[in-house]
Amino acid sequence: MSLTAHDLRRRATSRAVEVFCAASVVLALIPLGLVLFFVISQGLPALRPEFFTQMPKPVGEPGGGMANAMVGTLILIGLATLIAVPVGVVSGVFLSEYKRSRLGSAVRFAADVLNGVPSIVIGIFAYTVAVLPFRRFTALAGGVALGVMMLPLIVRTTEELLRLVPETFKEGALALGATRSRAVWTVILPAALPGIVTGILVALARVAGETAPMLFASLNNRFFSTRLD
Amino acid sequence: MKKHDDRLFRLSTGIVAASVLVIVVGIAATLVQGSWLSIRKFGLAFWTTRTWDPVAGQFGALPFIWGTLYSSLLALLLSTPVALGIAVFLADLSPRVLRQPLVFLTELLAAIPSIVYGIWGVFVLVPVVRRLEVMTPDWLRHLPLFSGPPLGVGMLAAGLVLAVMVTPFSASVAREILKAVPPSQREAAYALGATRWEAIRLALYYGRTGIIGAVMLGLGRALGETIAVTMVIGNNPQVSASLFAPQYTMAAVIANEFTEAADDLYLHALVEIGLVLFILTIVVNALSRLLLWRVSDKVVTVPAVAPPVAAAA
Repeated sequence: MSLTAHDLRRRATSRAVEVFCAASVVLALIPLGLVLFFVISQGLPALRPEFFTQMPKPVGEPGGGMANAMVGTLILIGLATLIAVPVGVVSGVFLSEYKRSRLGSAVRFAADVLNGVPSIVIGIFAYTVAVLPFRRFTALAGGVALGVMMLPLIVRTTEELLRLVPETFKEGALALGATRSRAVWTVILPAALPGIVTGILVALARVAGETAPMLFASLNNRFFSTRLD
Repeated sequence: MKKHDDRLFRLSTGIVAASVLVIVVGIAATLVQGSWLSIRKFGLAFWTTRTWDPVAGQFGALPFIWGTLYSSLLALLLSTPVALGIAVFLADLSPRVLRQPLVFLTELLAAIPSIVYGIWGVFVLVPVVRRLEVMTPDWLRHLPLFSGPPLGVGMLAAGLVLAVMVTPFSASVAREILKAVPPSQREAAYALGATRWEAIRLALYYGRTGIIGAVMLGLGRALGETIAVTMVIGNNPQVSASLFAPQYTMAAVIANEFTEAADDLYLHALVEIGLVLFILTIVVNALSRLLLWRVSDKVVTVPAVAPPVAAAA
């Protein structure tokens, strides 16, 4: 079969697009490589045990560590988890149990909207509800901000994973005379639990790197503190 | 008895779920309440005035709105072709062994905190941009697009950092869309003798609403991105068409000035900027969700959540 010029051109176009697509992947991975290289090459020398255990030295003096910031991050994500996980998982249960209800659609939409709200705006919200009334910056306010950011992620992951549990599980439980809540808490939720836990960890990883809302929710404390207020 | 229990279950979980709604409404309410002084004093002029003078008590948000839209659209322009290329490669072209590792790597890109991108932008990207700006030939520099001194920090650097940050989001959602296109579409094209690209183009066309949704999801990200942009855009409230000019965005001005807003009007003006940003991102996100939902009832998850979901399935 002989190829006409037209066919050859079609082949060439196809080839060119394939090359472009492969090049895009490479292009996207370059910044990843550069960022990782930069952070590791610049940061590794400072990564000694003291970095985790000592306080920052005054500006200009070498040495010191980031112990306060490490503890601060841990406290904040702990608080955020305490706030977001119970609310998020129960909401996810509601969404997967009552998929077609009007409230369900509204909540699903609200969760997606909330997921897109810029963190800085959530920071303002946390400032208004958790800083202004008490007239001071607190770890609690930061926890509220991060919790609000985690919430939509946990709601949607829980819903997704509960939907993946086969219907027969629920039918079996209901056939044995279980109430709906019993079926959810003892059969369906445990079946989806490993995935939900992974989802929570991913949400945690995402908010642990959040910066903007912390600027005016928890403020910058250069000192060591484990107090929440 | 059982019926009663079921109703209680629905009621109690429903109340908890409604709290998500309450939070969204609560955010809107606090923003309106917190910006009341500024809304009443400046009205619509707030959106169209260029002066931002906290000392004189004159507040106009135009430079910030301009900067946010400019940087986001620039980022979109740079990232969309690449994101689509990645999506097509990962959905259609990649060798099977490479697919999972590449998906993982591109999603890793989405997981890097924005402050790390900011640091990288300041120390690595900005010097490169400055060198490019210095190398720009004179005849080009007469154009408004390239005017101004080569500072390095500015719109171009912000657009580049944003593009890097939103690419994995759009790419990952677009890939989901391409995967959701029924195989029969591509098979039919191949059966008619289509080349690979012709078949892919058909799949892209089939999923076009979803692809637009994916791009808009990236736009929503870019609009609200704060720290990385604040670090590289130069923070100068001006309305300029130049890529080289240092400018400002809505999120950046809130991050920089919120804690030093000394009087109520200043604070309210900043919160009103937050309100504008909130409305803008809600509109963009709602539109993108509606487009995505039209494509598939299957919910398209946020990239950061995608890997564990896939693993659990």
